[in-house]
Amino acid sequence: MKQASGIVFQVLQSVLVVLIAPLVLGWVNQCRAWLQNRSGPGIWQPYKVLNKLFHKDAVLAHNASPLFRSTPYILFGCMWLAVGIVPVLATSLPFAPAADVIALVGLFALARVFASLAGMDIGTSFGTLGARREMMIGFLAEPAMLMTLFTASLISQSTSLVTIVETLAHREFVIYPSMAFAAVAFLMVLLAENARIPIDNPATHLELTMIHEAMILEYSARHLALIEWAASLKLTAYITIGIAIFVPWGIAQAGDWVALLVALGVLVAKLALAGAGLALLETVSAKMRIFRAPEFLGTAFLLATLGMLIHFLLEQ
Amino acid sequence: MDLSLFRPVEAAVTLSVIWLGLGAVGLALTRAPRVITDWAFPAGAAVALALAFTGLWAMNAAPSTAVLPAGLPDLPFHVRVDALSGFFLLLLGGVSFGISLFSAGYFRGAEAGAPGLLCLQYHVFLASMGFVLIADDAYLFMVAWESMALSSYFLVTAEHHDERNRKAGFIYLLVAHLGAISILLSFGVLHGGLGDYTFDALRRAELSAFWATIAFVLAFLGFGAKAGMLPLHVWLPEAHPAAPSPVSALMSGVMLKTAIYGMVRVIYDLIGGIRWEWGLTVLLFGAATSLFGVLFALMQHDLKRLLAYHSVENIGIILIGIGLSMVFLGSGHPVAAALALIAGLYHTLNHAVFKGLLFLGAGAILRATGLRNLNEMGGLIRYLPHTALYFLIGALAISALPPLNGFVSEWLTFQASLQAPLLESSVVRSLVPIVAAVLALSGALTGMCFVKVYGVAFLGQHRHELPEKPREASRWERAGMLWLAAACLALGLLPVFMIAQLNNVSQALIKAGLPDEAMASGWLWLVPTSSAQASYSPIVFLLVIAAVFALTYFVVRQIYHGRLRRADPWDCGFPAQTSRMEDTADGFGQPIRQIFAPVYLIRREIPRPEDPHPVFKQEVEDRHWAWMYSPIARLAEWLSGHVGRLQQGRISVYLLYSFLTLIALLMFVR
Repeated sequence: MKQASGIVFQVLQSVLVVLIAPLVLGWVNQCRAWLQNRSGPGIWQPYKVLNKLFHKDAVLAHNASPLFRSTPYILFGCMWLAVGIVPVLATSLPFAPAADVIALVGLFALARVFASLAGMDIGTSFGTLGARREMMIGFLAEPAMLMTLFTASLISQSTSLVTIVETLAHREFVIYPSMAFAAVAFLMVLLAENARIPIDNPATHLELTMIHEAMILEYSARHLALIEWAASLKLTAYITIGIAIFVPWGIAQAGDWVALLVALGVLVAKLALAGAGLALLETVSAKMRIFRAPEFLGTAFLLATLGMLIHFLLEQ
Repeated sequence: MDLSLFRPVEAAVTLSVIWLGLGAVGLALTRAPRVITDWAFPAGAAVALALAFTGLWAMNAAPSTAVLPAGLPDLPFHVRVDALSGFFLLLLGGVSFGISLFSAGYFRGAEAGAPGLLCLQYHVFLASMGFVLIADDAYLFMVAWESMALSSYFLVTAEHHDERNRKAGFIYLLVAHLGAISILLSFGVLHGGLGDYTFDALRRAELSAFWATIAFVLAFLGFGAKAGMLPLHVWLPEAHPAAPSPVSALMSGVMLKTAIYGMVRVIYDLIGGIRWEWGLTVLLFGAATSLFGVLFALMQHDLKRLLAYHSVENIGIILIGIGLSMVFLGSGHPVAAALALIAGLYHTLNHAVFKGLLFLGAGAILRATGLRNLNEMGGLIRYLPHTALYFLIGALAISALPPLNGFVSEWLTFQASLQAPLLESSVVRSLVPIVAAVLALSGALTGMCFVKVYGVAFLGQHRHELPEKPREASRWERAGMLWLAAACLALGLLPVFMIAQLNNVSQALIKAGLPDEAMASGWLWLVPTSSAQASYSPIVFLLVIAAVFALTYFVVRQIYHGRLRRADPWDCGFPAQTSRMEDTADGFGQPIRQIFAPVYLIRREIPRPEDPHPVFKQEVEDRHWAWMYSPIARLAEWLSGHVGRLQQGRISVYLLYSFLTLIALLMFVR
């Protein structure tokens, strides 16, 4: 019985998150529009875009290889798995032990490698440019992310996200200085990994500044739709990882239906706040030159490592 | 014959001797190259497979010893096969099975001259590696070690018409011998004047802390030189690319691992009483090696050279695992030490498998196109679809991406480094996470490097007009690559079986293993110490991604449609797309060159503005040559210049030298 309700929870959670991910993106865009004194397209716009793209006929370059065609599905699969693993609504889900935080970082890396390879597949100048830049961001962001998660793992003596969340959610409120460092580093990584300002601009198609958009330039129709959807899933996954580690309160246990409703409400509130915060951050900062990005991410890496050292020096 | 008397040790000796015999047969059949490629190499592969099973058997059996009726009259060869040897025999057999299959197809063209000679060197090389792994006295060990170095030297210089290959061979031989001297001295220290060089005697020798440390340092440097550890790595990127590709695969995949075997055997087994300071040394060297290796790999455009630098990196990762294990063991935490040791050994096996695969892939490309320079390749996935698939698996595995095998060992290493809070000394405790940070960085850089390799070589447009259309690898070659690619998948998806085996090795070596809870969690779940601490299930991982892939594919077609049309690439509407507009390998590495500029020695030649035929040249060099090797070379030259004065060329002077030496000996040595 417990097993069955666990699986129900698991399916419920991943389907729910996959469905609301474009909404999160729409909310961020709408908040940005409001902050910039525009009326904005409304929070449902990403769904309309996805629907439009799925309707169109796919156009594929003559020399596209099977790798190019399968990458959108692989990306979507990776991100679906990621949101299945992160405890968004409830802990102790049956899928959760399949991957810990290290595997989660590996999963994002897998998606990034496939996206970059697909960017190089056609052999256009923009595709390779995007792939190169994406990998440059990635190789700095990935270890920073890992160090952030290690800090949380050291506090809870576990790299399993569920254990981390349960330890951090059910303790009295103490501010760990190491977690403060980790939180700043995590925020920087979140911005970089999801192609947000100040590293990349999701709204740009200005040729020389784009990173993520340059990589997926050759995609169209359903392939592009899946990639866009995967990108919004990735943003949601990152936000929910941040929520799980830094503000885990209010999460439910699998099988507890009342707590689930509460958790749902809490989650919506947290996502709305996070989205508005992201929009604010993007509005008040300007995009960096591409060669400032390594400094930005290097800072994130150092902050995260510093956080871990502080944990060893002060908190033990 | 009583079959119960047939033990792993006899099997291993027999199989190694068969390899020697195959080499001799190959030499005898020089005039029949078809026989050699059709029969000798496949037979060698069969022997390899048998050896792999012997290794597996030995890992689950009690240690078995024997004395061989060979060697000097009073100094017979001792051999012994225990769990550690068994593991490395499994590695040797399993990897060289794939490589030998590949060789059967690869040497058909016989671009490397006489296949008979090649067959002899190749099989002597394999057999000597086998003997290194089963030797139970310093004498046989050194004999096997040296024949391994010599046979591989001849393989490196197989294409000796090229001056660069001869030079690479010389550097290789030089470093190999420096390493061998260091190992020999280490055995000498361990032996402590007892007159008995069996490993048993070395184990029993009581050493003071000082002499034990000396023995450790000598062994570490000696085996480190063979493994390609910083700063003794310089031979590796020269020698590995010079050899024919299957031999490069064997050298990078297997020979470097014999150095790891020697290191573990001597430090854990023979010296014993490990101190955490030693572990810290290994750990820091490992971290430096791994970061250095990958940074230089990113600068290469010669595919085989790039792979060789990645071997340096992976040796670093293996050393991180072993160093962690020594730190934990030295501070009295055997369970964490077992975890780290298993992580290190698992990475040893994984690296052997995927690096073997990648070198074979490079060989297949070389044979199909004649190219080694990445900047001239491009679009090969359209001509070599099988090679492209296998190479992709190898590339993902080496980039430590789940659900393949490289990720498992890196994951275990991270888990081991997260045991750092157990340590008492706060300096070590905070150094371990920094090493973990370095490991994370080099893992991510590897990912970047292999996106570069795969993207530039296999994807994109053709950069180079080839005289003829590249032909896919032959059936033998594909079989060899398929075997290693399947091993990458199996070791990645079902790590629990191999870890249970490695647990036996750890039990035998340090009398500690993983806790029962970790071993009892079933084949689906990989658990390092307890399931609350961490768990990982590669199969669930793969199944979910595959299920979502299939589901999306069909659902999109059900609800919408699957219509598709082909067109020219869009590229923001820019019409002319030539291959000159793609990134080259060097272009792809440019951000790294900029970010890590202080690491490299960069020489630039910038043309003058009025130059009618401007050429922009840039070379990235290893700083070690400038600060370490060149001064040593100059010193050696200076010394030999002075010693050379003794050489008069007149026989009477030489007789005088002999006479003086005799007098001196009579006076001082009684």
